[in-house]
Amino acid sequence: MQASKRLFAALTLTALAGAVQAADEVVVYSSRIDELIKPVFDAYTAKTGVPVKFITDKEAPLLARLKAEGENTPADMLITVDAGNLWQAEQEGVLKPLQSAVIAQNIPAQYRSSTGSWTGLSLRARTIVYSTERVNPSELSTYEALADKNWEGRLCLRTSKKVYNQSLTATLIETHGAAKTEEIVKGWVNNLATDVFADDTALIQAIDAGQCDAGIVNTYYFGRLHKQQPDLKAKLFWPNQADRGVHVNLSGAGVTKYAPHAEQAQQLLEWMTTEEAQGLFAGLNQEFPANPQIAPSAEVAAWGVFKADSIPLEVAGKRQAEATMLMDRAGWN
Amino acid sequence: MAHPAQRRWYPIAFAVALLVLLPLSVLLFSWHEVDRQIWAHLWQTQLMRLIGNTLMLVLGVGIGVTLLGVSLAWLTSLCEFPGRRWLDWALMLPFAIPAYVLAFVFVGLLDFAGPVQSLMREWFGADLRLPRVRSTGGVITVLILVFYPYVYLLARNAFLAQGKGLMEAARVLGLSPWSAFWRVALPMARPAIGAGLALAIMETLADFGAVSVFNFDTFTTAIYKTWYSFYSLTSATQLASLLLLAVMLVLYGERRARGAVRPVSERPRGKALYQLKGAQALAASVWCGLVFACAFVIPVLQLLVWFWQRGRFDLDERYTGLILHTLYLGGIAASVTVGVALLLAFARRMAPTRLMRTTVGLANLGYALPGSMLAVAIMLAFSYLDRQLVIPLSDWLGGAGKPLLLGSLSALLLAYLIRFMAVAYGPLENSLARIRPSLPEASRSLGVGGVGLFFRVYLPLLVPGALSAALLVFVDVLKEMPATLLMRPFGWDTLSVRVFEMTSEGEWARAALPALTLVLVGLLPVIGLIRRSARRIG
Repeated sequence: MQASKRLFAALTLTALAGAVQAADEVVVYSSRIDELIKPVFDAYTAKTGVPVKFITDKEAPLLARLKAEGENTPADMLITVDAGNLWQAEQEGVLKPLQSAVIAQNIPAQYRSSTGSWTGLSLRARTIVYSTERVNPSELSTYEALADKNWEGRLCLRTSKKVYNQSLTATLIETHGAAKTEEIVKGWVNNLATDVFADDTALIQAIDAGQCDAGIVNTYYFGRLHKQQPDLKAKLFWPNQADRGVHVNLSGAGVTKYAPHAEQAQQLLEWMTTEEAQGLFAGLNQEFPANPQIAPSAEVAAWGVFKADSIPLEVAGKRQAEATMLMDRAGWN
Repeated sequence: MAHPAQRRWYPIAFAVALLVLLPLSVLLFSWHEVDRQIWAHLWQTQLMRLIGNTLMLVLGVGIGVTLLGVSLAWLTSLCEFPGRRWLDWALMLPFAIPAYVLAFVFVGLLDFAGPVQSLMREWFGADLRLPRVRSTGGVITVLILVFYPYVYLLARNAFLAQGKGLMEAARVLGLSPWSAFWRVALPMARPAIGAGLALAIMETLADFGAVSVFNFDTFTTAIYKTWYSFYSLTSATQLASLLLLAVMLVLYGERRARGAVRPVSERPRGKALYQLKGAQALAASVWCGLVFACAFVIPVLQLLVWFWQRGRFDLDERYTGLILHTLYLGGIAASVTVGVALLLAFARRMAPTRLMRTTVGLANLGYALPGSMLAVAIMLAFSYLDRQLVIPLSDWLGGAGKPLLLGSLSALLLAYLIRFMAVAYGPLENSLARIRPSLPEASRSLGVGGVGLFFRVYLPLLVPGALSAALLVFVDVLKEMPATLLMRPFGWDTLSVRVFEMTSEGEWARAALPALTLVLVGLLPVIGLIRRSARRIG
């Protein structure tokens, strides 16, 4: 009898302990892949003892799931790549506006939502890559100039279905207006050396192999490929240094509106903007830390400093559909 | 009018159809509001080109898989030539390679910057230009090479089951092998070929992974673009419901074309019918060997090279978990799906009414939709059930009032069931149809009925068909990506999830490790099954 009572007490305690542990965790939906976030979560768990559970998928399905689950969602945090996706999540009302002095202090305003619903964590420039064999850097100046006649048959682009190109075009529309942007994009399409590529890596490899002379890619793709092939016959160029600067996008996160562990989620998010996490988060993928106090990795720093476009990245979301339609009209597949 | 004994089968069939219709109705309800701006834009800039592309793709892949599947099945099942013994099962192996994997191998190997063209430029000078790889022809070739096994497997079973009596009769009546093929074997195998072709075409219509590697725009890519780029899930589901309509037409056509032909079963042949000699034998060996090389050997070699260059550094103890999860999901989903499909096939056989035919047809529709679309529809349906049913019920019972369906393993298994029902149903229906009604009648007259009848008469005869069905579902579940991604419980990463994570970053070489593991895991049952069925019949 006594023994069974003791057993019962022990079981109850175990069950309670389990429940307590479950209450002290953070659940994340992430479109940033496993190997680019797990080390960050592991570091957080090692430091605080709070476990982080997550699943990865593309943004759109994750967003649909968050919406469908509504207040029953198990998710506390949404991590995405591209600011447009975060803006969209905010529009759909699945993110909670946060008042956080830590985040406000660590991350510049242009890389945050104006309502505090999300914050950027790492930055990547979408810039020009060129062949060191067939292009003299003095031929290059701006994104717009790649539409000029002298680039005919020399340009490579990635598909317009990729959100990075949609965001770039969205900022062009914000800067130049739709009519001028459509002209530029048509110029690019006209200058294509071959069909658009499905990914940035293939594009850089095509430049290396001599299929085309210049293209537009995210910096970390170049970084990864360069690490594998140090003799890569391609280099990065920072365009528009005389005017608005290089187009920069971000990977970021927000706390969900119905987060079951909202407090823990906010603590995790704040920690992710601090020095330790920023170095890790950006370093894993050769990105620039969104916190300007933190220096990028040596590899990334070697590409040189540049002036970044200061346009608020919410524009990427606001104008994404418009930009995509414009690219469709211009024949950019 | 249905007989009372027939009506007993209705509840089962209705329940299954309801399960499949639940997510499909999500698509139909999407029409309550139409975004004119998006539709006008699609109409003006995209739709005609996409429909043209899609038709071209379906036509090309349809013709290709039929030619390849039927010719290979004919050669390996009825003829004898050097290498036949192993090509017979080896030709089934490409089924284990997911379409997106063959696509990225093909493009990576043959595109301008790939090793083949680089080497040729080194040898023949920089001006050398090959035909474009990322083209309509390229994408059609890849899809034929991954989808022909559907036709091959089903046609092969049909040819083998035709037995020797018929073909010998044809020979005695003076038909040459060629005209015996056209006038006897082919018409009799038509239902099986049609079923295989229908599966291949549905896969083609729903494919997103392979076409996006080629950046080849189809109706399905437009669905994703509308969802991802215009952020309009509603318009995307509307497009998907149109695609569903097209698939229903394909299926209807398949049923009509199947017509009154009834598959029959005879005494199996002891040995091959035609001994090929000389040039004919050589041509047969070369043809089968060539297909096998292009669809399996070359891609696997390329994956091995990539694995050696990049992938081996990623190999760690986590792969044990990935493989176990993959096997577990595939195994359970295959048994559940085959079990339910068997019930459906029996219901259809025992109560062959018009209502039953329609019900069964509806229950098979899940296969036709692009995976992500179906996954999201199932997800929406389940979260609706969670809200409306599970939570109130659990509150009422004094439970935690938590959603139970979404994010649970059973929800993922249900999603697989809905998606792959058609894959299991086809082979089962075919092998059930081969059991002549006289057989159960005779056994009933001998006093064996009910459960005994099933276990002692039906089951032994259904084993080959059920194994084919289970194999197809198992391998399809291994390769399945979108539903697994969206609905897997926390920590349930599979090999295809890992492939997704690598390819979504353009890291094709590193995707070789999970892709290769996936192929190996999928191969084991393929080899086992094919050898077994070869022994049983051969």
